[in-house]
Amino acid sequence: MSAAEIVAQLSDGMTIGIGGWGPRRKPMALVREILRSDLKDLTVVAYGGADVGMLCAAGKVKKLVFAFVSLDAIPLEPWFRKARESGVLEVLELDEGMFQWGLKAAAFGLPFLPTRVGLGTDLAELGRLKTVQSPYADGETLIAMPALKLDAALIHVNRSDWRGNVQVFGPDVYYDEWFAKAAARTYVSCEELVDRMEDHYPESAQANLFERCFVSGVVEMPCGAHPSSMPPHYGWDMKAFKAYADAARDPGEWGAVADRFVAASEAAYLQSIGGKEAVAALALPIF
Amino acid sequence: MSDISLVDLCVVACSEAFRDNGEIVATGVGPVPRLAAGLAKLTHTPELMMTDGEAYLVEQPVPLGPRAYDARKPAGYLPFSRFFDSAVWSGRRHAMVTPTQLDRFGQINLSYMGGSYDKPKTQMLGVRGFPGNTIYHPNSFFFPAHGPRVFVPQVDMISGVGYNPAKRIAGGNFSGVDLRRIVTNLCVMDFGGPDHRIRVISLHPGVTFEDVQAATGFELCRADELAETRLPTAEELAVIASLDPHNIRASVIKDNPPAKRAAA
Repeated sequence: MSAAEIVAQLSDGMTIGIGGWGPRRKPMALVREILRSDLKDLTVVAYGGADVGMLCAAGKVKKLVFAFVSLDAIPLEPWFRKARESGVLEVLELDEGMFQWGLKAAAFGLPFLPTRVGLGTDLAELGRLKTVQSPYADGETLIAMPALKLDAALIHVNRSDWRGNVQVFGPDVYYDEWFAKAAARTYVSCEELVDRMEDHYPESAQANLFERCFVSGVVEMPCGAHPSSMPPHYGWDMKAFKAYADAARDPGEWGAVADRFVAASEAAYLQSIGGKEAVAALALPIF
Repeated sequence: MSDISLVDLCVVACSEAFRDNGEIVATGVGPVPRLAAGLAKLTHTPELMMTDGEAYLVEQPVPLGPRAYDARKPAGYLPFSRFFDSAVWSGRRHAMVTPTQLDRFGQINLSYMGGSYDKPKTQMLGVRGFPGNTIYHPNSFFFPAHGPRVFVPQVDMISGVGYNPAKRIAGGNFSGVDLRRIVTNLCVMDFGGPDHRIRVISLHPGVTFEDVQAATGFELCRADELAETRLPTAEELAVIASLDPHNIRASVIKDNPPAKRAAA
């Protein structure tokens, strides 16, 4: 598939999960393709970084389900802040752990999973989360974390074959597996596409983070996580994040800068940031 | 003692929060808490576990700032993808963090200030993992600038569980709520007052209880024996320096003052 063909399978009003974590391993090429499309009124579910910031800035987001939106070294995502402070977003704010619990409920086809998390805070009241009582002798009152069912999930992986046999490397896989399983359809972009995984990298089969029955479409998008990090191929591009963050202040209008951060095509985008060589040269982040 | 900095005194005071915590993950978010966790592990509490800040468990705390990517030596693995299972929801962790606000019940906020849920005046990070952290495992706090905008009567958005009786839902299990220490540039506090009220337990050299009270937006308790926060030892200073070779901690407290406050 091409990225445009994947985006053509999405429709207005859908609930879309985006894998990765903050400025790490985000399917940014697919996000950029959404930004080039007419898609609108999306509910976005993400451990947010610039993916969320850009979609909010471009007015694509009706509702956001989040626990944070951050670019790490730039802790407060400026485009997300702007959208929040203008009051245009509907939100469901969750704890990071509740968030993955909701994905798991969806993955298992359950209406909710019980948790203690959220009790004693404002989350339950603000998010209109309900409680359940344990039917056993303890009788404990717990929050019923509703399933975060996704119409589609977008995930960026290191390798895949055309069947959707993915391989994911890097020190952390975050909750991408659960995004894939919580979604009716999961679309994967990859740094490297091979015809048959077993003919190329059979020795790495343990990196198959989720099985191919959870993958509906695959597209090869080298550098597809830029400006987020994609270990072991490349680190995040803090210079690019800084330029993106600065643009939220000056000029402060997404319409005036979208071309710089999205470009007319992925090829044009790659060229504008110095090509694959420039991305490959981005050092892995040190914490 | 004139050459001992206040920030080093704070690192040592923060590290005391991790003393004898046992085999749990000590997480320090930000330079001072992170140095404190490392100092605790390298001195009084070697059984502590900690990560490299990314995904690996390390037995040698990772220094702050630029270094070689492969300089860390992983001994174990604790990525985000296992964090709730292994560390948070199992209660095997003690985190020290710096929220934007903390109120008289120990409730914390890092979501938004002013306005409403639908239209915040100032959007911050989001609640992150604070609701889960505070209901499942011990937490402590470090604030580099003790003031009434940080220590407020009531936080704008309750992002972490405190000891507010009005927020105790009937039948809920709050037995994991365990707020330990608050270290600031002025003093050390705990939750040892009546009904877990916040109590000053030691004052940094040259600071009075009245100074602290004046910088706090609610009434504080005063420990019966109000101590002076102890100075770092030479050994502690050497460990701190080794974990912060670029002296990043010097920019944490405004003007990087000495440990003993000059007379007003």
